Amino acid sequence: MNMEPTIDPKKRYAAGVMEYAKMGYWDPDYVPKDTDVIALFRITPQDGVDEIEAAAAVAGESSTATWTVVWTDRLTACDLYRAKAYRVDPVPGTPGQFFSWIAYDLDLFEGGSIANLTASIIGNVFGFKALKALRLEDMRIPVAYLKTFQGPATGIVVERERLDKFGRPLLGATTKPKLGLSGRNYGRVVYEALKGGLDFVKDDENINSQPFMHWRDRFLYVMEAVNKAQAATGEVKGHYLNVTAGTMEDMYERAEFAKELGSCIIMIDLVIGYTAIQSMAKWARRNDMILHLHRAGNSTYSRQKNHGMNFRVICKWMRMAGVDHIHAGTVVGKLEGDPLMIAGFYDTLREGHTPQNLEHGLFFDQDWASLNKVMPVASGGIHAGQMHQLIHYLGEDVVLQFGGGTIGHPQGIQAGATANRVALEAMIQARNEGRDYLAEGPDILAAAARWCGPLRAAIDTWKDVSFNYASTDTADFVPTPTAV
Amino acid sequence: MRITQGTFSFLPDLTDDQIIAQVQYCLDHGWAVNIEYTDDPHPRNTYWEMWGIPMFDVPDAAGVMLALADCRKAHGGTNYIRMSAFDNTYGWESLRLSFITDRPASEPGFALDRQERGGRQIGYTTRAYSAMKPEGERYS
Repeated sequence: MNMEPTIDPKKRYAAGVMEYAKMGYWDPDYVPKDTDVIALFRITPQDGVDEIEAAAAVAGESSTATWTVVWTDRLTACDLYRAKAYRVDPVPGTPGQFFSWIAYDLDLFEGGSIANLTASIIGNVFGFKALKALRLEDMRIPVAYLKTFQGPATGIVVERERLDKFGRPLLGATTKPKLGLSGRNYGRVVYEALKGGLDFVKDDENINSQPFMHWRDRFLYVMEAVNKAQAATGEVKGHYLNVTAGTMEDMYERAEFAKELGSCIIMIDLVIGYTAIQSMAKWARRNDMILHLHRAGNSTYSRQKNHGMNFRVICKWMRMAGVDHIHAGTVVGKLEGDPLMIAGFYDTLREGHTPQNLEHGLFFDQDWASLNKVMPVASGGIHAGQMHQLIHYLGEDVVLQFGGGTIGHPQGIQAGATANRVALEAMIQARNEGRDYLAEGPDILAAAARWCGPLRAAIDTWKDVSFNYASTDTADFVPTPTAV
Repeated sequence: MRITQGTFSFLPDLTDDQIIAQVQYCLDHGWAVNIEYTDDPHPRNTYWEMWGIPMFDVPDAAGVMLALADCRKAHGGTNYIRMSAFDNTYGWESLRLSFITDRPASEPGFALDRQERGGRQIGYTTRAYSAMKPEGERYS
């Protein structure tokens, strides 16, 4: 312990109700240990509730406390097990909201279990009446705890080695329409897109096994398409076969079949749950399979700023849980995404160490303890004409997915894929040559479009498409000019 | 057909000036450039023949281009030649860039063999037409 308890045990354990802060869940002098899990919450107390008491209540309800004093605490090393709120700051520019730092001893958690971690951190406490709203903004996961997790089954580096693709973003597309295609028609879309130049095609999150296309039929036709495209191009190709199903047994059956057919990648949806994700990550490691995760459902709790959890926390948990790909925003596409916030997500997924960076929403230094890197996936309303912006914002270790931007091409799916691939390679070439590709992007694309008809048609079709809406999840800390 | 392995296969073949620019980009990052060649372009043929060892200590792109010229003299027109850049930074320790610089005069492509199995399953084998001939006689 950092300090002598200042609380008189006789008074502390007298039967009845007591403020959480007085029960030991608020300790402004506490210095977190290297092995502590730290959570940063945004709390909005009810009117009349003191922010320190609110923070202590969150610490209490997410660790050992209940609504009343219990003498059985005294049978335990309760000072250790109590989570400690140790800092409360007002949220800049947002009256009524506070950031609260809470430290948890490592022994509160089972090793290697996201389910156990989350049952505490985002358990009962989010329904707590004394708070109007609560949001988990970030977590510092200690190295000691990270080492109990497998981490990504494959990781960015080994994925690239298996695919033999280096130095550029990977290209993908989601088969469209999302629903209704038969297996035979579905495979056609896959073949055309892969032959035209994409690296991956993808099942959508809600393509599982429906009356219009049962999963085995899809898997068989898709693998015909993948192999045929591979022979047509001499290049490794893949399709994320979505094995999401109603039970683990069904998912394992589908994953085994995908392996038997020679697929290099499968996919799951976030809605299957943390334990199921960890199970599939272990299966993927055992079977040399790349594991793609679609973040279906996350916006129900990650988008609004006052309640739920920030997506960066999902990024951390999913890197621990062991997925290889996760959808993490596009900046320029149709889905939520402030550029600074997305930079924070991408760093969290790809870096070996992320320093504190409040403008990017990263509240803690985080050492990733040699866990593999996760490949972020940018998907949703992006097209070839934005290539310079995509590379600028997202870097090269990313899968750029142009679904509509491939399949909706006026000259057909192959032409759509070729347009995207030519735009990508031209931009990477220009970047490597040292050109100011962000400023010159439209010129670089126009030059490539002079010899590449499909790119010319793509640019003509989508040149004015953009999605300029204000983001809801933005940084609370803005850069301010300071005199040094 | 044109095989599309490597980073710039969808662009017109790179000129020597364009290759130099890419090599310089790699050297500026401290990566070691490696030249390899093969006459078996199967997508899973990971280990192309090495033209010497990776150039860890070459100061500028001109040195790499000399090695490429030698490799071309020996294998140009009858082999694929590629350049790869290796980054030994902790946590990466793999390639950062890989692109084809030379192709054989013609690229016959691949056959896809299908072995019908039970339950509608098909086993697939990709074979390079060129690799059906002995090594060294595949492109002439």
